[in-house]
Amino acid sequence: MRLLHPENVVDIALGAAVLGTGGGGDPYIGKLMGIQAIEEFGPVTLLSLDEIEDDALIVPTAMMGAPTVMVEKLPKGDEIIKAFHALESYLGRKITATMSAEAGGLNSVTPLTVAARLRIPMVDCDGMGRAFPELQMVTATLYGVSSTPFAIGDEKGNSAILNTVNNRWTETFSRSITIDMGCAAMIACYATTGKELKEWAVPDTMTLVESIGRTIREARESKANVVETVRKAVGGFEVFKGKIVDVQRRTEKGFAKGEAILDGVNQYDSQTLKLQFQNENLMAEVDGEIVVSVPDLITLLDTETGEPITTENLRYGFRVTVLGIPCNEKWRTPEGLELVGPRYFGYDIDWVPVEERFG
Amino acid sequence: MRIGVDVGGTNTDAALMDGNRVVGWFKTPTTPDVTTGITKAVRTVLEETKVPSDEIKAVMIGTTHFTNAVVERKRLMETAAIRLGLPATECLPPMVDWPADLRDTIGHHKYLVHGGHEFDGREISPLDEKEIRDVAKDIKSKGIRAVAISAVFSPVNSSFEDRAAEIVQDEIPDVSISLSHEIGRMGILERENAAILNACLGDLAQAIVQSLRKALKEMKIDAPFYLSQNDGTLMSADYAEKYPVLTFTSGPTNSMRGAAFLSGVKDAMVVDLGGTTSDVGMLLRGFPREASVAVEISGVRTNFRMPDVYSFGLGGGSIVTEDPLKIGPQSVGYELTTKGLAFGGDVLTATDLAVAGGLVDIGDASAVKSLDARLVRQALDEIQSMVETAVDQMKTSAEPIPLILVGGGTILVSRQVEGTSEMVKPEHFPVANAIGAAIAQVGGETDRVFAMAELSRDDALAQAKQEASDKAISAGADEKTITIVDVEEVPLAYLPSNAVRIRVKAVGDLALS
Repeated sequence: MRLLHPENVVDIALGAAVLGTGGGGDPYIGKLMGIQAIEEFGPVTLLSLDEIEDDALIVPTAMMGAPTVMVEKLPKGDEIIKAFHALESYLGRKITATMSAEAGGLNSVTPLTVAARLRIPMVDCDGMGRAFPELQMVTATLYGVSSTPFAIGDEKGNSAILNTVNNRWTETFSRSITIDMGCAAMIACYATTGKELKEWAVPDTMTLVESIGRTIREARESKANVVETVRKAVGGFEVFKGKIVDVQRRTEKGFAKGEAILDGVNQYDSQTLKLQFQNENLMAEVDGEIVVSVPDLITLLDTETGEPITTENLRYGFRVTVLGIPCNEKWRTPEGLELVGPRYFGYDIDWVPVEERFG
Repeated sequence: MRIGVDVGGTNTDAALMDGNRVVGWFKTPTTPDVTTGITKAVRTVLEETKVPSDEIKAVMIGTTHFTNAVVERKRLMETAAIRLGLPATECLPPMVDWPADLRDTIGHHKYLVHGGHEFDGREISPLDEKEIRDVAKDIKSKGIRAVAISAVFSPVNSSFEDRAAEIVQDEIPDVSISLSHEIGRMGILERENAAILNACLGDLAQAIVQSLRKALKEMKIDAPFYLSQNDGTLMSADYAEKYPVLTFTSGPTNSMRGAAFLSGVKDAMVVDLGGTTSDVGMLLRGFPREASVAVEISGVRTNFRMPDVYSFGLGGGSIVTEDPLKIGPQSVGYELTTKGLAFGGDVLTATDLAVAGGLVDIGDASAVKSLDARLVRQALDEIQSMVETAVDQMKTSAEPIPLILVGGGTILVSRQVEGTSEMVKPEHFPVANAIGAAIAQVGGETDRVFAMAELSRDDALAQAKQEASDKAISAGADEKTITIVDVEEVPLAYLPSNAVRIRVKAVGDLALS
C-alpha cells in the first residue's frame, strides 16, 4: 500500500505512453487530470493485488472515445460518478476499489481521478498490460468475467447501464453510445470480486508504468541514452532504427488503419521496416519478413528524446527506434491469441514470441 | 529592392536585395529594446550600399520583440480568458498548466461558460448570451482590455467564438479580442494558450508596429513592412498587429530558407555552424521539415510548428581537450576573439585547429604553429565525423543530397561530408537569416476537422484550400500568385463518418501596390 501524489502521476502518464503501443490517447491530458484530481481531493491509495480481500468488489474505470476528441472536449471530471453510483445501486453493494482496464495510455491515469473523487483505493494492476482497440480485449474475458453491468456517463450528466450476453456485444453497444455522447465518455465495467481479480488481472502494472516514466525522466536529466534505458526498463528488444519515409492512413468502421515505412539507419542501413497499425501498432515486417506482431507490444520512440509516438502523430522524416516488448503470459494461451492475436486483426499468421526472434 | 532583417540572440542582421541579388548586408549586436538594433542595421545597410531609400519597395523583419516580452514577463496586458464548452472541460480550466508567475503577470482571469461544439458540429450546449454578457461586464469592471475567446471544436465550427466576440465588443468597446480559431489548430489547451498569449501582447503589438513604421519613415523608406511568421512566411504589419503571437520562433526558419535560396537548392540539408552549437535541418521543397513535438513558449504549451532541427555541441568556440580527444560541448562562445589561442588567449578551440590546419586565415597563425600536427589532424577528423553523424541522423534516405553550410563556424568543415552530393558554402552565408526574411512569401494556414459524411473529400479539401488562401490574402499575399505548398490529411481514430483532419498551407507573393 502506498499513496500516489502528483509527482507519481507525472511518471505514470509518461511510462503509460510507452505501453500504449501507438494508441491509448494523449498522456498530457491524462497527466493534468490526475494531478488536478489529487490536488483537489487528496492523494490516492494504491493497493497491491494481495492486499485485496477476496470478497471485495472492484470495478475498473476508463475513458472511451476518440483521442482527437479528448484533446478538444476535455472532460467535466465527474462523468463516471453518477454511473458508478447507479452501478452500486444495481449491484446492491458498495464498490471497494477501482483499477485500470488498460494501462497503456491515458487509461492508466483515468481511474486515479475516479479514486480521488470517490476517495476509494486503486489496485496496482490492469486488464491488458498494454493498450488494445476493443473493449472485450481484456484478460477478464479469458476468465469468463462479464463486462456487464456496464455503466457509461457523459459530461452532460447522461448515463446508461448495459447488460449483454458477451463482451463483444458490450463493445458494439458502448461504441454507439460513445459516438452519440460526442465520442468521449467515461465507463465502469468488468465488476469483479477480489478473488476473481487475483486470477485474471495483469499484476503490478501501475508500479511498472511509474518506474518506466521515472526511468525516462532520470535518463533525460542525466543526458543518458533514453531509448536504451527504456528498452531495459521494459525488458524489450530493439527491433529497428530508422526514419519514416511514408505513412498511409484510412478509416475503416471507425478505426484508423494504416501503415508506415521506415528506412533503416546505422546497422539497419539498406533495410526497410513496414509497420501496420489499427489505432495501436499491430505488426512489423523487415524486408518482407514479419519480426514482431500483436499481442507482443510494438512501440515507436523518438530516437533522440525517447518520447513515445502515437500512430496519429507518425509523419514523414521522423527518426524513430522500434521496440518489441513481450506481452503478458495470459495473452499467449490459445484463448488469448484468439481474442487479440494476429488472426483477429486479419493477419493469417501464427504468432511468434518476440523474445524468440530477438532474445 | 527589398531589405530583410532578422533579430537573433546575439546579432541583428540586415540584407539588401535587388531581386535575387544580394546588394549588401550588415550585422550589428541585438539591442535590449530590439528596435534600436533593427534601425541601425537598416540604416547602415542603406548607407553602405548607397541605395536611395525610395528604391526600397518592402522591408521584412523577423523579430523577437514578442517572444522576449513573454519570456521576460514585461509589457504584457492584463488578460481575461473565456472558454465556451460547459458542461465539458471543467476539470482543466484555462491556464491550468501555465508557469504561476506568467499566469499572475496577466492576472489569471478565467471564465468558463456554456457552448462549444461536438466533433460533428452538434452543440455541446446552446450559447447563453446573458451568461456571456455577465462575464463581459465583470471583465469590464476589472478594467481588463484584452480578451481571448476559445470554444471547443472551434476549428470545426467557429460561430460561437464569433458571436461571443460580438457580445464582448458590445459591452467593452475598447477591448481587443483574440479568437482561438483564427490563431491555432486542434487541441484546445494549446490553441487557447496561443489565443491568450496573443491577447496579452495587444498593446505591445500596436506600439512595436508603430515604432517600426516611424523608424522606417525617419529613414525615408516609404514602403510597406512585413513581419516573419513562425513558419517563415510573412504577414503585413496590420496583420501582425492583430496576431503578434504568430511571430514566435520565426528565426530558425529564416536561416534555413536563406540558406536554400543562396544555394539555389530546394531539397537539401542545412548545417548552421555557430559559436557553441550547430543546427542541422532538412529542406523539402524549399521549406524546413517540421518537428513533431509541441513547442513550449516560456513554459506555456502551444502547437506552433517549428523546424525539425538536430542540435549538436560543435561550434567555432568549442573547447578542445586531449586524451581522450573531445571537441566541446563546452565553448568560449563569443569570447573566442580573446580566449582562443590564435587570438592571444590560452584556450585551445576548434577555430585554433582550423587555423593550424590551414583551413582559414584569421588571427595569428604563429600562435598555433607549435600544436602537434597529429593532434590537429585527428581533431579535424573528429570534427568532420561529428558533422557527418549529424547529417546522417537527419537524412531520410541513403541518397546523397546537397549540403549547405552557413554560420561563422563554417570554417571548420573543409572536406566533402559523407552522404552528401555537393557542399555549398554560399556567399553571404553570415546573413542567411536576413536573406531568408527578405525572400519570404506571405503565408496562411488552416488546420480543421471535416466530417466526410456531409462533405465529399474533394469538397473538404477545396474548402480547406480556400480558407488557407483567404488567410494568406488577408496577411498581404497577392491573390494571383497563391499556391498551395502543403496538404496533410489525417483520418481520425474512432470517429464515425470518416472524420478527417486536414491541414493546408498556402503562400503567395507580396501584394505590392
